[in-house]
Amino acid sequence: MSQETTTTSQKEDFEPFIQIKDDYNFWYGSAQVLFDLNLNIPKKQVTAFIGPSGCGKSTLLRSINRMNDLIEGIVHKGDITIGGQSIYDPALEVISLRKRIGMVFQKYNPFPKSIYENIVFSLRIAGRNRRSELDEVVERSLRGAALWDEVKDRLHESALSMSGGQMQRLCIARAIANSPEVLLMDEPCSALDPIATGKVEELIHELKKEYTIVIVTHNMQQAARVSDRTAFFYLGKLIEYDITDTIFMNPKNDQTEAYVSGRFG
Amino acid sequence: MPEPHAYSKSIRPKGEALVWFTGMGLGVGILLIAGLLAVILKNGLSMFWPDTIYQVELVEGATAGPTNGKDFAGAIALERYKRLQEEGVRLTREFQFFTGNKDAYGQMYHFVDSDQILRDASGKPRFTPADGILQLERIEFGDALGYPVAIDLADGSSITEPDALRSTLFETIEASNERLKAYTKIERQQIGRINSRMESIRLEQRALRDELGAAAAESSDRMQKLTAQREALQLKYNDLAAEARALRDRRAEDSVRLRLPSGEERRIGFDNITQAHFPNEMSLPDKVGFFFRQIWRFVSEDPREANTEGGIFPAIFGTFVMTLLMSIAVMPFGVVAAIYLREYASQGVIVRAVRISVNNLAGVPSIVYGVFGLGFFVYVLGGSIDELFFSKRLPTATFGTGGILWASLTLALMTVPVVIVATEEALSAVPRGMREAALACGASKWQTIQRIVLPASAPGILTGLILAMARGAGEVAPLMLVGVVKLAPTLPLDGAFPFFHLDRKFMHLGFHIYDLAFQSPDSDAAKPMVFATTLLLIVLVIVLNLSAITLRNHLRRKYKGDTF
Repeated sequence: MSQETTTTSQKEDFEPFIQIKDDYNFWYGSAQVLFDLNLNIPKKQVTAFIGPSGCGKSTLLRSINRMNDLIEGIVHKGDITIGGQSIYDPALEVISLRKRIGMVFQKYNPFPKSIYENIVFSLRIAGRNRRSELDEVVERSLRGAALWDEVKDRLHESALSMSGGQMQRLCIARAIANSPEVLLMDEPCSALDPIATGKVEELIHELKKEYTIVIVTHNMQQAARVSDRTAFFYLGKLIEYDITDTIFMNPKNDQTEAYVSGRFG
Repeated sequence: MPEPHAYSKSIRPKGEALVWFTGMGLGVGILLIAGLLAVILKNGLSMFWPDTIYQVELVEGATAGPTNGKDFAGAIALERYKRLQEEGVRLTREFQFFTGNKDAYGQMYHFVDSDQILRDASGKPRFTPADGILQLERIEFGDALGYPVAIDLADGSSITEPDALRSTLFETIEASNERLKAYTKIERQQIGRINSRMESIRLEQRALRDELGAAAAESSDRMQKLTAQREALQLKYNDLAAEARALRDRRAEDSVRLRLPSGEERRIGFDNITQAHFPNEMSLPDKVGFFFRQIWRFVSEDPREANTEGGIFPAIFGTFVMTLLMSIAVMPFGVVAAIYLREYASQGVIVRAVRISVNNLAGVPSIVYGVFGLGFFVYVLGGSIDELFFSKRLPTATFGTGGILWASLTLALMTVPVVIVATEEALSAVPRGMREAALACGASKWQTIQRIVLPASAPGILTGLILAMARGAGEVAPLMLVGVVKLAPTLPLDGAFPFFHLDRKFMHLGFHIYDLAFQSPDSDAAKPMVFATTLLLIVLVIVLNLSAITLRNHLRRKYKGDTF
């Protein structure tokens, strides 16, 4: 059935890192939100999920690090693997899974702590408290999030004293502090102004050298600018998945074309 | 055809009547609170102000006054109209005078009808300020009012010359108070230490007798050593007691002779005098200084004369310590329970039932908690602790009787619903994004709660504590069952090991108010004390709350941000 609705390029010339497979289905209680998904996400590239509101793209993203587990009454069918390992493997603890996956949320959500403590949070909860290691991680993460020069003199001030764009980049720095393999971004720029958005997009370009990035966005220009591959979802189904340029210039599916050209959505 | 503006016929926009109504509700509330505070402030503070003393002359054949018709002196405490039933209904004025001299007059306050008082030319009752009248604050019998005649000193000399008399009076009081301090120190500290050592020797001897049998114990080395120690302590005690007695007796050797306003002369020993002032000769700055000195004495001294005189320091201290202990007990309880209810328990019928029950617990009458505290904490818990750890002292109960620990725990139990409800609300107000951020970083649920959720909800939890403290500090009924007393000889915190005596009974401002108002022999004399104590209780609750609010605002500032 999925073969009938999903249009994908015939040859995938990459080694898949994240695989959504076995006709992945997902229900909130009795409401099904994802239907028969099969999707391969390449390593160290940016993959964008686009689609109109309620199409299930955020649900899929949050399935990858099992954030949906917090909601009662969820059911899934099918499997997701990261580097070949199933995230539903009973031997795998959710906590250790999440340590391999950084996540950046729609609304920046720094902890009410200092900038420094925000970044080292994931290390501290793992019991890594050695000062020299923490200092090193803070500098590396802040440099990685292009924030070091702006905040290096006030690392111990409250994170809540920063601007919105800075806070979101701090959240990115926090997400990469633990050197994860995957970085999930759930509409990371929707609460930011255009200048801050530009900075975050530049950052994504830099980050993909190190991390496999999956980004959910409502903004099609953004998807076109930052991603290597794009998946278009509609009503819980994967409609088309291909190289970004193909999706935007030469979509094979009519619905995709209608959506990317702004005729619906 | 309907009129085009039919809907706007009324002059006022719709709803304005309701605005007035709500405003009125608030107004009435504020008026009531302001009125209550004003009454308490006025009555409470007037106790410390030195009033002018008037000489009052009574008409021929009058029967009123402290000594049946004789002239007297006093301060006007109250002036009011009263209804006379004879010859129809007639209104007349009456005055209440503070006359002091309880030893001579039986009471300190006396009501006098205005028509019993000699009038001046204009027909008003004649009050002339009493020249040179002296007011003496005494340890027993309340204040004395009178004209100083002479001071008889221990060396046999008498001073009658007015200026010398005054300076000698103040010097002698000072010297006498120094002696008082000295022997109180001996009695409280040195003798107290000896007593506690003797008590531990006694307990050890008793244990020896129980262990070895009476005859064997008497002849054992240890017993003889203990007896010797005890005798040495007894000797030391005798010396100290003699020293204290000498100081005490020395105070009684000086005395002042007063001519009471009603004529007779009285001798008052300096052992009975704590302070003296000439109320009619004080300038305004003098009076202000005296006022603040009196307030300080009120909050720092021990009570005397069945609590109707002296200060209320033990009650302030007891209330403060009890409220702190209660807060320490209630916080972990309430917060832990709320965390389980909100974060871990699956939100079903049972949790909802538990939540409703917790809310209803807040409405259970406090006396019920008192009965529970007495039955469970005092008899069951306290009784068991005595059996286990203090069996040597039995049948004297240590923890098996009311005490500050049990009172605090009882109040903690009473206020725990408040803390649970407030904490639950604070926990649920922590934004979901913040929890998700922590979980996405790989934190476990407990780590998320401990490191992110709890700190962020601390201000809300403190609000719960503030409410709990306000309720706990003002509570009286349950305390009467679990450890509050009219007069506690020792504070729950002092220099004797183990310094913090959780088993001790204590005094409490709320109970003190009840005791003064309804249990004291001279209710007129106690009335100002009631108001002053009420004022202090309110001030104490405000201070405790303000400190908690300051802490909360500090936390709020710390955690304030876009995400809240």
